[in-house]
Amino acid sequence: MPYLGSEETLKELKRALSNPSIQADRLRYRNVVLRVIRLMTQGLDVSPLFMEMVKASASVDMVQKKLLYLYMCTYAPLKPDLALLAINTLRKDCADSNPMVRGLALRNMCNLRMPGITEYIQQPVLAGLRDKASYVRRVAVLGCAKMQNLQPEAEIDGAVVNELYGLLRDPDPVVMVNCLRALEEMLKAEGGVVINKPIAHHLLNRLKELDSWGQSDTLTFLLRYEPRDEAELFDILNLLDGHLQSSHGAVATATLRLFLRLAAAHPAVQADALSRAQGPLLAMCASASRELRFAALCHVRRLLRSVATQYAAHYKRFFCSYSEPGYIRLCKMDILVELVNDENVALVLEELRAYCTDVLPELAQAAIFAIGRIGQMYSERCLGILVSLLGLRQEHITSAVLQTFRDLVWLCPQCTTAVCRAVASLEDSIQDSEGKQALIWLLGAHGDKISSAPYVLEDYIDSLKAELSSLVKLELLTATVRLFLSRPAETQDMMGRLLHYCIEEEGDMCVRDRALLYYSLLLCGVEDIRRILGGPTTDASLGVIAGHSEEPVDSWAPHFNTLELLLARGCWNAALSKGGFHSTGDFRLSVVHVRDGPHSSLSLSLEPALSPESFERHWLELDVSHVGPVTCPWPHCLPEALQAALQLVQIQVLAFSRPQSLPWKAYLYSHGDGTLILAEVLRDSTQGADHLQLTMKQVPRDKHVLQGFVAVLKSALQALSRDTS
Amino acid sequence: MISQVFILSSKGDHLIYKDFRGEAKSDVVNVFYQMVTDLPADQPPVLMTHEGLHFIHVRQGGLYCVATTTANVSPFTIIEFLNRLTALIKDYCGSLSEKSVRMNFALIYEMLDEMLDYGYIQTTSTDILKNFIQTEAVSSKPFSLFDLRSVGLFGAETQQSKVAPSAAASRPIMSSRGDQEGKNEIFVDVVECLTVVIGSNGVLMKADIQGEIRVKCYLPSCSEMRIGLNEELSIGKSQLRGYGAAVRIDECSFHQAVRLDEFESYRILKICPSQGEQTVMQYQLCDDLPSAPPFRLFPTVERDSGDRLLIYLKMRCDLPPKSVVPSDFTTNLVLACILKPTTSLSQELSSPDQSAELQPSCKVIQWEIPRFPGGAQLSALFKVEVPGLSAASLLEVGPVCMSFELPKHTCTGLQIRFLRLSPAQPGPSQRWVRYLTHSDSYTIRI
Repeated sequence: MPYLGSEETLKELKRALSNPSIQADRLRYRNVVLRVIRLMTQGLDVSPLFMEMVKASASVDMVQKKLLYLYMCTYAPLKPDLALLAINTLRKDCADSNPMVRGLALRNMCNLRMPGITEYIQQPVLAGLRDKASYVRRVAVLGCAKMQNLQPEAEIDGAVVNELYGLLRDPDPVVMVNCLRALEEMLKAEGGVVINKPIAHHLLNRLKELDSWGQSDTLTFLLRYEPRDEAELFDILNLLDGHLQSSHGAVATATLRLFLRLAAAHPAVQADALSRAQGPLLAMCASASRELRFAALCHVRRLLRSVATQYAAHYKRFFCSYSEPGYIRLCKMDILVELVNDENVALVLEELRAYCTDVLPELAQAAIFAIGRIGQMYSERCLGILVSLLGLRQEHITSAVLQTFRDLVWLCPQCTTAVCRAVASLEDSIQDSEGKQALIWLLGAHGDKISSAPYVLEDYIDSLKAELSSLVKLELLTATVRLFLSRPAETQDMMGRLLHYCIEEEGDMCVRDRALLYYSLLLCGVEDIRRILGGPTTDASLGVIAGHSEEPVDSWAPHFNTLELLLARGCWNAALSKGGFHSTGDFRLSVVHVRDGPHSSLSLSLEPALSPESFERHWLELDVSHVGPVTCPWPHCLPEALQAALQLVQIQVLAFSRPQSLPWKAYLYSHGDGTLILAEVLRDSTQGADHLQLTMKQVPRDKHVLQGFVAVLKSALQALSRDTS
Repeated sequence: MISQVFILSSKGDHLIYKDFRGEAKSDVVNVFYQMVTDLPADQPPVLMTHEGLHFIHVRQGGLYCVATTTANVSPFTIIEFLNRLTALIKDYCGSLSEKSVRMNFALIYEMLDEMLDYGYIQTTSTDILKNFIQTEAVSSKPFSLFDLRSVGLFGAETQQSKVAPSAAASRPIMSSRGDQEGKNEIFVDVVECLTVVIGSNGVLMKADIQGEIRVKCYLPSCSEMRIGLNEELSIGKSQLRGYGAAVRIDECSFHQAVRLDEFESYRILKICPSQGEQTVMQYQLCDDLPSAPPFRLFPTVERDSGDRLLIYLKMRCDLPPKSVVPSDFTTNLVLACILKPTTSLSQELSSPDQSAELQPSCKVIQWEIPRFPGGAQLSALFKVEVPGLSAASLLEVGPVCMSFELPKHTCTGLQIRFLRLSPAQPGPSQRWVRYLTHSDSYTIRI
């Protein structure tokens, strides 16, 4: 950030730092250093003062020392040669008699991120691991991870790893947790720190000594542990039981996640854990910190998909309050919709009705949509409220109500009469395009029941020139043609005008093409167009939708207590794909979730595209990661159909043999979680015509992703063979 | 693990910036500020993502406290950590504001250095941290017990004659300056947040009290403190104790350091408080208030001739006379959509010290009441000129939302019987007990 006169300031500070009379006065010296740090925080580049600051670090004043270490860690990557000057002071401090000085020096020495530092810090770090003060050991343990991070290509020192595993038995609990954290980072390539039975039991036994941060980290590490048998599993669950109701939200949620993971085969235990963890979650939903409240609400919202009944009694806790920000209120409305049952529906609707006149239009509309979603189960009550809202004659309210009507009519055909009556008596005009689309759709689809339908549509047709949204125009075309089918006499003239305008004068190609299509269809005759536009309608004999099916706990449990739940569905992958493996900067929307059992976390993607040449090069270079039969019947379909089907699950078929030849081969690729997967499917006559052999190569290797890929491929093939047989 | 921690002022000035892992550059600070200020009102700002880097922040005291991370970590850990960081800043610097952070930035850097190493949380306990922190806090204004200019005096049950000003507890916990006056103090606050919704027919639709007992301790060493609560306090729906009017709460949870061996029989909490502020007990009560809600409203809305709307509000305070004086009392009448740019307001209020004005930005009429003693009844008549008023607009008036604070009052009736320190402190020590009910959301539908 350029500051006015920053050069002058730097010069002045340089003078001050090298002024012997200031150096002699401890307080004045410290004040000058403080000014430098303040400028650094503001974003000014104060690296030219490095030389003077290194000299200042030789002070005995601890406060000044700490400030200077902060300075050096910030600028060491820019001035590595000068930073080396500070190493001597730091190394001397590492041998100080005061453990606080030793720890401080060691920590900051490891924080100097510059090339070539490792040779200086290796010895002090190793000495630090055996220091008698736990404060120094804590620092040294993390120092090992920092050292590894500074030279990622260097080989991992087995002795250090062993020493760290040994330090898991350190009397100081923070040293123990730091060991886990350091090992996790150092052994990332091998899948992180190993949690075997003795380690797992050791960690569980020491859980009580840890503070809440250590507990929540350790519980996360334990997710990796697989108990041998049921007896061990229940012993572990008993040990953890108390933590489910911890007053620290992070510990309670981490414990719940571990419970859900360990008891994956025991749904009753899972349900019990969920009900026991209700207290802490509900308490966090009412926390004074709105950020914590939001995080808890997001988690509850996801929980409800599986255990809505448990929370139904607490529906009043999710009523919005006046002082809450919009995003929390939106979240609460989502939850309220899920919690509705026969007992509380009246009160919930009354509450939502009150939100419909909120000052913020977004919230008011969200409340109306929420009433609409409840209307899929309790249509009569909700229709009454929605119709009364039309009486308010507010544009954004009317628009939202109409959109709700459209969805309701589609999902609950029994509402049609009431909706048509309300639409017929509608007086105001609507301004926003979503509302217009909804109204026009209703007029087109149910024009036979709304007497004024042709006149309203005519108004829209007459003002077509002023219409900006092409979506509205498309909707208008369809609606007019539909209305023509039910009320030809009144509509014919204006339909002619509309088609003429859209074909002759419209600039938008989509609208023009749609108009041309309808025109040609009309030429074919009324019966044909009725068959095409009429399409399948919802069966009027269908009953009320009695709520949606419950999702299994496993569909969200792997993401519980992670950042992913704080984002709306689908946003997570979109957000990540901008950074991740291929940082080409393009925003990929083509990420498809494959929600399939335990591999639901995997998302495959076709981008970036792989050319046949580079596929061949990779195929020849790489070693085989997995060979095995695919246990599923061969779909007897054309390879083109196979290609299209696999594309839907984001697997690209790059090449395949001619349909009837045997052995038949196909080459596929896909990207998943930052890895590239290449695969060969071989259908060999020697082992029976339906036997499929799969050979896969992956870079970089990730077993989990590979398994996910196989599962996706298998489910796609199964679906295909079901369809073709 | 946390990659960076930074604190920004509401205007986007960098107050604190510390990088722990070198995974991202410092220019992400500006990216964050850009993102958070551009966000539409209905989007959640808590978690934002930019090029694989997640920003999680809490907003307190007008500051953005932000942590960044590249891993898919536990959101609760990060948010609780940031909340703990702000609490520690409050403890060490006296208050959390742009000014106090600016003045104490060296101290905060020192604190962060001990709290996090390589992005992993090491410790956040005041007792441990105070051994490491050597910078002295600079407090923004010198503390004086006799500074009674600030309104909102809290009563102290244990010290009948003296009253502690509300600002007394906002000073740094560690201070070497020799102001003996307030050195050995301990504050115990019972704070309740009240959420009430009263329907248009006057029926109580929802009532919810979230309460907590906070201890703020300035004693350098305190071995054990015993806090005695009402003996007739009952917890849960079934249990009843004593004969008189029972004090009841639904659920409660305690700080992990609290020893509860005498809680079952005598309702005594035992704790060794560490320096600084801590929440000793949290409790809640839903639906079943022991007494009527403190304020009642009798509204009439009618349409006068033409475009004029008449809103007559009569408000009664049902608190016992004289004992409780609400402060900061504001009533907001939401007009939502009927408000047009040309709307004008005239009012008749029941006493001249009150004021009311139309706030077009949030579409409310704000009625400020400086004095509202218990048992009193106030009224106001608002005449609102709305062009194009329709009969349906009457339905859109309201709700009325009140915000207030009630010192010396708890809605559950929870009281602190006694406060004992053992062993007795050498030298003079002062113990303050304060009660406060704060309206989180007090809504009356019309």
